Formats: sequence, C-alpha cells, structure tokens
Amino acid sequence: MRHGRWRFLAGALIPALVLHVVFVLSPYAQAFYLSLTDWTGVAGEAHFVGADNYARLGGDSLFLDAVRNNALMLLLVPLITIALGLFLASMLHIGGKGGTRGIKGSGAYQIIYFFPQLLSLVVVGVLWSFVYNPNTGLLNGALRGIGLDGLAKSWLASPSLALPAVMAVLIWSSVGFYVVLFSAAIDGIPKELFEAALLDGAGGWATFTNVTFPLVRESVQVAFVYLGIAALDAFAVVQVMTVGPGGPDGATEVIGLSLYRNAFQYGKFGYASAMGVALFFATLTLAVMALRSSRSSKVEMA
Amino acid sequence: MTLSLSRSRVIRPPAPQRSLRTFPVHLAMLAWGVVTALPLIWAIISSFKTDNEILNDPWSLPSSPQAGNWARAWSQASIGRYFFNSVIVVGGALLLTMLLGGLAAYALARYEFRGNRLIYYTFVAAMFFPVFLALVPLFFVVQQLGLLGTYQGLILVYAAYAIPFTVFFLHSFFRSLPGEVAEAAFMDGCSHAGVFFRVMLPMARPGMVAVGIFNFLGLWNQYLLPLVLNPDPDRYVLAQGLAALSVSQGYRSDWSGLFAGLTIAMLPVLIAYVAFQRHIRAGMTAGAVK
Repeated sequence: MRHGRWRFLAGALIPALVLHVVFVLSPYAQAFYLSLTDWTGVAGEAHFVGADNYARLGGDSLFLDAVRNNALMLLLVPLITIALGLFLASMLHIGGKGGTRGIKGSGAYQIIYFFPQLLSLVVVGVLWSFVYNPNTGLLNGALRGIGLDGLAKSWLASPSLALPAVMAVLIWSSVGFYVVLFSAAIDGIPKELFEAALLDGAGGWATFTNVTFPLVRESVQVAFVYLGIAALDAFAVVQVMTVGPGGPDGATEVIGLSLYRNAFQYGKFGYASAMGVALFFATLTLAVMALRSSRSSKVEMA
Repeated sequence: MTLSLSRSRVIRPPAPQRSLRTFPVHLAMLAWGVVTALPLIWAIISSFKTDNEILNDPWSLPSSPQAGNWARAWSQASIGRYFFNSVIVVGGALLLTMLLGGLAAYALARYEFRGNRLIYYTFVAAMFFPVFLALVPLFFVVQQLGLLGTYQGLILVYAAYAIPFTVFFLHSFFRSLPGEVAEAAFMDGCSHAGVFFRVMLPMARPGMVAVGIFNFLGLWNQYLLPLVLNPDPDRYVLAQGLAALSVSQGYRSDWSGLFAGLTIAMLPVLIAYVAFQRHIRAGMTAGAVK
C-alpha cells in the first residue's frame, strides 16, 4: 500500500513538474540573468554588463513611448470597461419592471455581449482593422451614411487617434465578459435587499451605490487585476492592427512589441530581457496593490 | 417617487408609465448589443461579396453570394491547413494538460507529503508572471531541444503554460469532493491510480468540463507563443496564419478572400458557443469567481 502510494504520487506529479520546470520556471529564472548581459544569441558570447541594459531603457525613446502608452491603457481601459460592464450588468438585473426583476431578453443580451470574448485577439484585430479602414470600413461608412462626412477619419494612421482607437477595441472585446461576471455576482445578492431598498424609496443610482456596488466589490477588484494585466499586454491587437507595427510615430507602441522586436528582429536578447523584467515588476506591483485593497475593504454579508 | 406611488395602489399599476421607464434601459442594452454584433455580422456578410462591392459600399449586401471567396481562403490562402494545424496542436495540448494537470491537482489535493505546499505554490506563482518575461529564454530552450517549429514542441509548451491554472482550479475542486467513496474503493482493493481514474475523475467531471472549456479557448486563441516558437509557415496555427494573411492579402488586395478567412476563423467558435453557451460562460468566468 505504502509502496504503491509513492509510486502513484511520483507518476502523478513528475510529468507535470518536468514540463513546468523546463518550459516555465527555468525560462523565467534565466530571463533575470539574461537581462544583466549583452547576449545577442551566439553561444558563449554573453558578457555580464550589470545594470547597463536598464540604464539604456531610460534613454530609449521608443520604449518610453511604449511605457507611456501602456500606462494610459492601464489607466483608462479597466476603468471604462468596468463602468460599462457594471452598468449593463445591473441594468440586466434591476432595469426590469418594478426595479427588482431582470430585464426582458436579458438571456439573449448576455449571449451576444459575450461573443468577442471567444475570439482570438488576432481575429479581433483583423476585424477592427477592416472596421477602421478609412475608405471601405464600417465606421466611416456609417458616419458618411448619416451625413457626418467630416467625422470620417483615417483612424489608425493619425497619431492622435490611433491609441484611442486601439483602446476602444480592447474595451469592445472585454466588456461582455465582465457583464457576465458581474451579472453572476449580482445574482448572488439576495433579492430581499433590492426590495428593501425599493421600499425605502431608493432610486436606481442609490440602489446601485448602496446595495449593488458594495456587494460586488470583490468581483470588481478581480476585474481590475485581469484588465490591468491585459492593458499591460495589448501586443496582439497592436501588432495586427497598426502600421509599423507600433503605429504612426510610435503612437501605439507597447512594451511587449518593443521586447518582441528587440529580441526576434534585432537579436538584442539581453536588452529585450530587461524589458521583460520591467514588465514583470509592473505586473507584480499591480497585483500587490489590488490584493492589499481587497484585504482592507471586505464587506461581510450579514 | 412615481415608483412607490404606483406600488401603493391596490389595482394593477398603469402599464404605459412602466414601459416609459424601461425604454431608455432597453435602448442602452440594445445599443451595446448592436455595437458588439454589428462588426461580426458585417464581416460575415462581406465574406460573400465581390472585391468591387466591398470597395464601393461597405453597407451594401452581396448581389449574389460569392461562395468562391470561402473556397479561395480555405485552399489557396491555406486557412484550411492552418485550421488543421490548430486542431492537432490544441487537441494534443488539451489532452496533455487535462491528464497531467488533473493528476497533479489530485495528488496535491488529496495526499499529504513533505513539499506538497511548495510544489503547489510553484504552480500557482507561475500564473502571476507575464509570458513576455519568459519569451526570450523559452525560445532558446525549445531551440536546444530541437523542437522549434514542430507540433510536439508547441504541444508541450502550450500544455506547460496551461497546467498552472488547471492545477490551481482543480486543486480546490478535488478538495471539495467527499472522501468516503475513495476509501470504500481502497477497501475493495482498488489501486491509487484506479481510485483516481475510476472514482475521483468521474466525480470531478463538472470541474474538468469547466477548466477544459477555459483551456480550449485559451489555447485555440494563443498567438504569442506560436509567433515565436513556430516559424514554419506550413505549421502555422489559425491565429498566426490569419495575422500573416492579413498582411499578404492586403498587398494583393484580395479583400473578399480575407473576409472569408476571418469568417472561417471565427464562425466555428461562435456556433459552438451558441450551442453550449451556458457551460461555456460558466467555464470562462469560473476562474475569476474563485
């Protein structure tokens, strides 16, 4: 029995652990070391250069563009997505008759809203590059169709519009998922609370701020982490959608794209690894901040 | 408040007032539905148009549906081959992930031994690292193993990156299962592996389905890993092939073929979703709810 136990445990754990160590843990560990070298991919030619790569990051204007763009996305994409998601989810639930029942057709809405979540970001990127196409695209076609020819722009080619256009795509592709997520959280709130709020004469906004939001707060914090990580990435959409890629004048450059280009086009593997480490610390900071705020503000259901 | 007034009436409250109240809500819900669905429908319709129709009026309907666009995208533009590659790689990786991830999660959840927590946390910690950090060394690890641009290489790497979440998710699932059935099976002389495959795995089916759906979509839509590890155009997976196509077809101005390729890439997933939508939404959100 005891013998069989160890043999089973070894058989169950070792294959997964081998894959984990070889393809996940060891690359992560190596990346930290590589970021301190000038390695260009030739075996035995890596020299230790200390923090040189990190110092160079500070003077790389394209990388600084990328940091600025990721920071802007980190600020705006989660905020707008969560606001829209919360609005639509609470409308699905309490926008119906009497203020406590779900809206008619809420099942159908949830099905449709979720569509973009199922698509690869590449599919989303290709689709929206068609939508944004200045001559044959859906967006300009619509604007011209209703007589707003002046608003028809070349969305992805203009330095001031490219980044908002990319952010709109990121928001478009994720709102549906959070509608469903928040919707599940609102489902968990006892109906009596909404009825009580209604009896107390609370309007839609008061109900939302006093009942709905405090009780779905944890889901919102999870959403911030997920969306923050997505906003620090944004690689696939930018690489597929914008010219260069990286957009006009670096307008849509992101850290992932800089890293990819430096590593696999220029062969600056040490330098690219330093970008990876920077991205890692950004992600870590985000996760720690979100975890801290969730610990200090838990609402207990009485 | 109009609302509490109408509530205090004994007789049925007037209907028009209510539909007036819900009208803006319906309008908002409908507006987002249109914003979500319109680009998808537009792409599907455009995949049946001629190049001229696409270039002249983005809002027109095809005068006669051009099935030839789909045939051209499937064979000449290799979407069919990319689709086939995706099926092999994702199918293999999914099987491997569920088997190895399920075994590891079960062993960690139901057996006490030294180092158990350490192993568990090494898996969990990996979920918080951005894949970009691993990208450069991973390329060289795969290259040194001679697996660059092979199905096996992609399958192993896909599985390695899907296993941490699978372990994390199934670990809590296996913990929540009752132990009595397993004990009875041990009494009957069942081996450890027998208990896992014949007793615990069937009991864990809902969890396996949820995480399986989550993994399938994540792997099917993977782009960054194949972009770096799969340079051979004959072995491109669907997302990678579509991205390459959108550059080359753009140069050749075969817009209708590109719309058809895009539609072929997104339609199977959308159809499968409509068929199994409850399961899929539950599976996709399960990770975040935990």
